[in-house]
Amino acid sequence: MLDVTTVREDFPLLQERVHGKPLVYLDNAATTQKPRVVIDRLARYYAEENANIHRGVHTLGERATVAYDSARETVRRFLNAAEAREIIFVRGATEAINLVAQTYGRAHVLPGDEIVISEMEHHSNIVPWQMLCDEKRARLRIIPITDTGELRLDSYAQLLSDRTRIVAVTHVSNALGTVTPIAEIVHRAHARGIPVLIDGAQAVAHRSVDVQALGCDFYAFSGHKVFGPTGIGVLYGRERLLEAMPPYQGGGDMISSVTFERTRYNVLPHKFEAGTPHVAGALGLAAAIDYLATIGLDRVGAHEHELLSYGTGVLSQVPGLRFTGTASDKVGILAFLLDGVHPHDIGTILDRAGVAIRAGHHCCQPLMARLGVPATARASLALYNTREEIDALAGALQEVRELFA
Amino acid sequence: MSGELPPHRAGVRGGDPGLQVLYQEVILDHTRRPRNCRAIEGGRQAEEYNAICGDRVTVYARVEEGVIRDVSFLASGCAIVNASASLMTETVAGLATADASALADRFHRMIAAAPGADIEDLGTLTALAGVRMFPIRIRCANLPWEALRAALAG
Repeated sequence: MLDVTTVREDFPLLQERVHGKPLVYLDNAATTQKPRVVIDRLARYYAEENANIHRGVHTLGERATVAYDSARETVRRFLNAAEAREIIFVRGATEAINLVAQTYGRAHVLPGDEIVISEMEHHSNIVPWQMLCDEKRARLRIIPITDTGELRLDSYAQLLSDRTRIVAVTHVSNALGTVTPIAEIVHRAHARGIPVLIDGAQAVAHRSVDVQALGCDFYAFSGHKVFGPTGIGVLYGRERLLEAMPPYQGGGDMISSVTFERTRYNVLPHKFEAGTPHVAGALGLAAAIDYLATIGLDRVGAHEHELLSYGTGVLSQVPGLRFTGTASDKVGILAFLLDGVHPHDIGTILDRAGVAIRAGHHCCQPLMARLGVPATARASLALYNTREEIDALAGALQEVRELFA
Repeated sequence: MSGELPPHRAGVRGGDPGLQVLYQEVILDHTRRPRNCRAIEGGRQAEEYNAICGDRVTVYARVEEGVIRDVSFLASGCAIVNASASLMTETVAGLATADASALADRFHRMIAAAPGADIEDLGTLTALAGVRMFPIRIRCANLPWEALRAALAG
């Protein structure tokens, strides 16, 4: 069992009060709070190790380079990638997806080709592909979802064709919590030789991810959604594909030699990391991953699953409340509508009770259109949430109902 | 400026002065029973959209000889968007378009004023002054006025 009381003490921000009430932080799908070890790691880097990497011969440069390379190894273990050079540090999941679209995509997609995504993607896994399609006169094909928020695999199978150049699907829906059947998606794409990119932004803080077991070709996630800093994220890419891809950005570190006539690009992973990277961010992310390892993602998953069941039960007692997203396999996301009350008003009133949730379209406007709603309210759970916080949410929702009665 | 609170609701807002001001009875009344919530055929119209939250409001106006003879709205949004649109249509009907634009400026100054700063009394519109204590909701209150301006300009 997870000792939540002890875990909560690791997160300084969870001790805060909002409008005089204890903070009930249920907006973890937007960003997670940071444990003390992550905050301290950033401070220690700047206080004791700060130097540019892969350059100086001095002691600090050496120290920073070792730490940065070791952070890459930590991420490799976290995703169970075969090689550390398959781990590219980027700004976040958004940049990771843009990188693949702008390099692999531009090199392989021709007019008339197709890219397959799903109806419940975040804008960050829609727009980069749309931009590519516009440039290449290619076509975006959309895997539809069921009313409960699950991918329609029968339709997916029919969408794949000889023109499909890549499949890009979320691992976990940020708006609904649905966990998608990645192995199945990959299996069908690979049967036709089509590579698969997985947007793992909402998955990595809740489930252990093994990119080799999943079989995917690219996997993207953001550090700040897994208790790490903002501004750092990861693209995992299969070595064979990364090797063949053109670079993303040009600059320092991504080259092995430069003359005005010609530049030779550096080896992996440096080929995709132009300029001085976010060293502190990478170290902070590694600290977050190490922290998560001491707790154990299996225990995190079990705790959140129990909390999701409890929350589903408690919230379904709130009159007029209707859930959006009731897939059989879900992470801890409780998205809902309340009769006669707009989600923004719910969000404002809950905030005054110290309860932080997200209200809006969750950067999923096509999904909202599919559900026929302009917006939803969303409580999203993480390892430090408790039953008492779910009760506080339910209590505050009763107040919302009374106010708008 | 808030109306009599029914006892079962006094408890909620009574516990939070901010909510009491934001969701006062006038606002809730206009949210529940929006006035002039309809389309006007053949007049001017403009839609405003808040990309951050997805709220949408369309304002319709029939203008004759520089005077707003009829004005209405349709909205998909929160209580504040709906109440603000409803109160706006009641206030600007019969005004010269120039006066309506000037009122839009005064309204924006009121809702964007720093909390604690003096604000102009704009009659029933003053019911929306509470949004100045909720900075992210200021745009909600202003959205219908932006649409009105666009409709009058168009």
